[in-house]
Amino acid sequence: MTGGHVTKRAKYKTTIKDPGTPGTLRMTLEKILFVPHNPKSAGKLDVEFRFIKGQKHTKEGSNKPPWLNLTNNQNGSFIFEFENYSDLQDCRDFVGKVLAKSGEVSEKPTVTYPDEQLSAAEMELRIKLLQEDSELQTLHKQFVLSGVLTEAEFWATRKKLLDREANKKTKQRLGFKSAMISDIKPSTDGRTNKVTFNLTPEIILQIFAEKPAVHRAFLTYVPNKMSERDFWTKYFRAEYLHSTKNSVAAAAEAAEDEELAVFLKQDDILASESRWKIRRVDPTLDMDADEGDDYTHLPDHGIFRDGSKEVTESENELYRRTLSQDINRHAAVVLEGRAVDVELEDTRSVAEALAQSKQESSTKGESDGDTSRERLGRVSRMTEIEDLQAPNILPLAPLCIKDPRDYFDSQQANALRTSGDALGGTEQIKCSLSSQEVYGSLRQSISVIKAIGLKDPIVKPEVAHQVFDALTQSISTTKYNIGKNPQESVLDRLPKKIKEELLHHWTSILELLRHFWSSYPITTSYLYTKVNRLKDAMSHIYPQLEEIKGSVPSDLRHQVSLLIRPMHQALDAAIQHYEADMQKRSMRSGERPNGYA
Amino acid sequence: MASAPSKLYADDVSLVVVLVDTNPFFWRASSLSFSQFLSHVLAFLNAILTLNQLNQVVVIATGYNSCNYIFDSSSDLNQSFENGRMPVMCSSLLQKLEEFLIKDEQLSKEVPEGRIKSSLLSGSLSMALCYIQRVFRSGALHPHPRILCLQGSPDGPEQYVLFNILSVIYSFLLWLLDSNKGFLLFRYVAIMNAIFSAQRSMVPIDSCYMGAQNSAFLQQASYITGGVHHKPQHLDGLFQYLMTIFATDLHSRSFLHLPKPVGVDFRASCFCHKNTIDMGYICSVCLSIFCKHHKKCSTCGSVFGQAQSEAASASDKKRKTPET
Repeated sequence: MTGGHVTKRAKYKTTIKDPGTPGTLRMTLEKILFVPHNPKSAGKLDVEFRFIKGQKHTKEGSNKPPWLNLTNNQNGSFIFEFENYSDLQDCRDFVGKVLAKSGEVSEKPTVTYPDEQLSAAEMELRIKLLQEDSELQTLHKQFVLSGVLTEAEFWATRKKLLDREANKKTKQRLGFKSAMISDIKPSTDGRTNKVTFNLTPEIILQIFAEKPAVHRAFLTYVPNKMSERDFWTKYFRAEYLHSTKNSVAAAAEAAEDEELAVFLKQDDILASESRWKIRRVDPTLDMDADEGDDYTHLPDHGIFRDGSKEVTESENELYRRTLSQDINRHAAVVLEGRAVDVELEDTRSVAEALAQSKQESSTKGESDGDTSRERLGRVSRMTEIEDLQAPNILPLAPLCIKDPRDYFDSQQANALRTSGDALGGTEQIKCSLSSQEVYGSLRQSISVIKAIGLKDPIVKPEVAHQVFDALTQSISTTKYNIGKNPQESVLDRLPKKIKEELLHHWTSILELLRHFWSSYPITTSYLYTKVNRLKDAMSHIYPQLEEIKGSVPSDLRHQVSLLIRPMHQALDAAIQHYEADMQKRSMRSGERPNGYA
Repeated sequence: MASAPSKLYADDVSLVVVLVDTNPFFWRASSLSFSQFLSHVLAFLNAILTLNQLNQVVVIATGYNSCNYIFDSSSDLNQSFENGRMPVMCSSLLQKLEEFLIKDEQLSKEVPEGRIKSSLLSGSLSMALCYIQRVFRSGALHPHPRILCLQGSPDGPEQYVLFNILSVIYSFLLWLLDSNKGFLLFRYVAIMNAIFSAQRSMVPIDSCYMGAQNSAFLQQASYITGGVHHKPQHLDGLFQYLMTIFATDLHSRSFLHLPKPVGVDFRASCFCHKNTIDMGYICSVCLSIFCKHHKKCSTCGSVFGQAQSEAASASDKKRKTPET
């Protein structure tokens, strides 16, 4: 069976009892074609595969003939009877393959939205998110599976979540290792004097980056003058000579072999680069000045390298490399980061890619050309003499401060206005009185109390009783010290089940409201049906909230109703808006015929 | 002050500083007459002094134009009865109160018409705190101080400033205490420092409000300092309220269920339209509150950066909701 299509003889039956129309069944990736042998019979069939939802078939060994039953999304089905089971098997496998290909779309109940094409990876991501977040999962279960929201709508508000998850997947680029390459130790086989160095492209790249001279040498010598193997052998021979600290031997070897000398000499590219860098250093920085108290200019100043102290030898300067130089170079390369993005397979390609990236950066560097003039400019900038400069006045905005009393006086009037008319009345009386009068009356009341003394009894028993009643009432409603401990929330005092229910209602209400408000203004019929769906779902929440209120013990009922009130308000606002919008719509549609008439 | 070091102050010894509102405009209009009010308060003060031998009571009159100490139980120690009608303590208090009122009236000659009839609560609060500070410095052992405001007149303008600042500060988790950004408004509200010193020195401000509308300021002051705020429903039972709620010492309070506010409204009003808002913008220089984004602060004139405004608008919008 080829991948593209399959052709078999079969009988097409509209029902199981139908004897069937004999013909040829041809399936391609897109459609199913059935052509009856008798061109006059009515059983011709041409169905596109995307309408096919699933397949059923009879088992071999059962006493039924080999039938394949393809169900379409209108719950209709096409039944084919094959001549034998192997034909059935072929067709079954083919259909299975095609269905799996278009799987995500046809398996989901949301096929009505053809714009939703989901890759398997995306699906996986969603499933993973749902698994990780149980709250999300319950929401998903509640709304998507019950049909209030579609899958796409549900995830549309969580794009961020999906994006973040997707972003996590982008691979981080690896930089150079911070370990130095000098740490590559040769492995000896113990019998001969031969040592073996294991080189990976990774290490080679690092060697090239840190030692431009080696890089250059590689590009010139390999493979014209010597093989890659010879090249690296020479390189490690040079390295070995370095590690023996025998600069005399190194000098001797270098004299004999000019290629080897390349590795042994100071790296001239590096030297020129560092000279160029020094030229760009801030000219006012005097590096000589502190040389006296700095001993780093002494080579290696007691740092061990490869377990032994490096000894300074003044002769053969040319063939000496210090640890400090190596460390500095290595640090510079690591900090620069990796510029090459090649697959590390072939040494040659690595070398070339590195050369290319170097070239790019050097052309960039040259563009800031005339260094000496820039240097002069820098000097004058850095050594600015303040006394000679024009006065530098910073732009200042003068602070202008209004007298806030204007505001607060009007604020007071505002408060009085809103506080009610009862006070407004007394305020009027107060204003009409002169201060003399009021002070007089106040003094009078003092003389009254002086004359008659304290009241006896101070409080009548019935009044005291009233006071106790009122206090008990008010304290018992706020029995559990609300506000005493700000960390302790009201929710914590509720039974766990009710707390969870309340929280769940909050999240589901928020989810519904988010979708509800985001679908306004209603421009398409799709949004219209969505809003209707959401409104229905929201109206179902009311009785549930009432139920919660009824189920709590009486001492908590007040708290719970306080918590439920904002939910009610939010839902009320949404439904009010919905109804107002509906009314507007019906008015508009009512007016239109009149207008046209 | 006679604070003898030999006195053994237990944890239930209190120093109660009572701030009595003597705003004549309020008392003229109040349903509870001033003489009735005084008899309730005097009985209450007497009760506090008898609750514990070492208890101490200081009374400060909060007048319309001035404030002053009118009674200090540590200096008026004559407990004997005079003509059988009331204790010497009460008559001396009344005497001082009368003198205070006369002085207060003399100060009130040139009052601009239409001024808000509020009393100088800020002044008396500061005096109370000064007194308490003196007690704190008198030695390691001292009675536990608390302040009780018996207030009737409406919140004054400076209390509105305070109210707004308190709201801001509460939502900014008191960062203002450590910065001097609010100095511009502090010029107008010296009282601010009083509240914070009360909070810092753990002096609770209890408040009993007898006016018509509840005082948002006192509610907040009590809430922040951990005191009790109550607005009695039956003013003729004021003594009962005072005894039930405010008489107990701070130590015993931890064992009692005292009335707690159901919710404290921390919302502030914006400076531009004077609306009460629960979300808004705040000037980073002077803490003025606005209900929408402005290019320039109308109070201090600071120009807000344009570049950040987009990014900042999201983060600057602090939500302030009434606590329930």
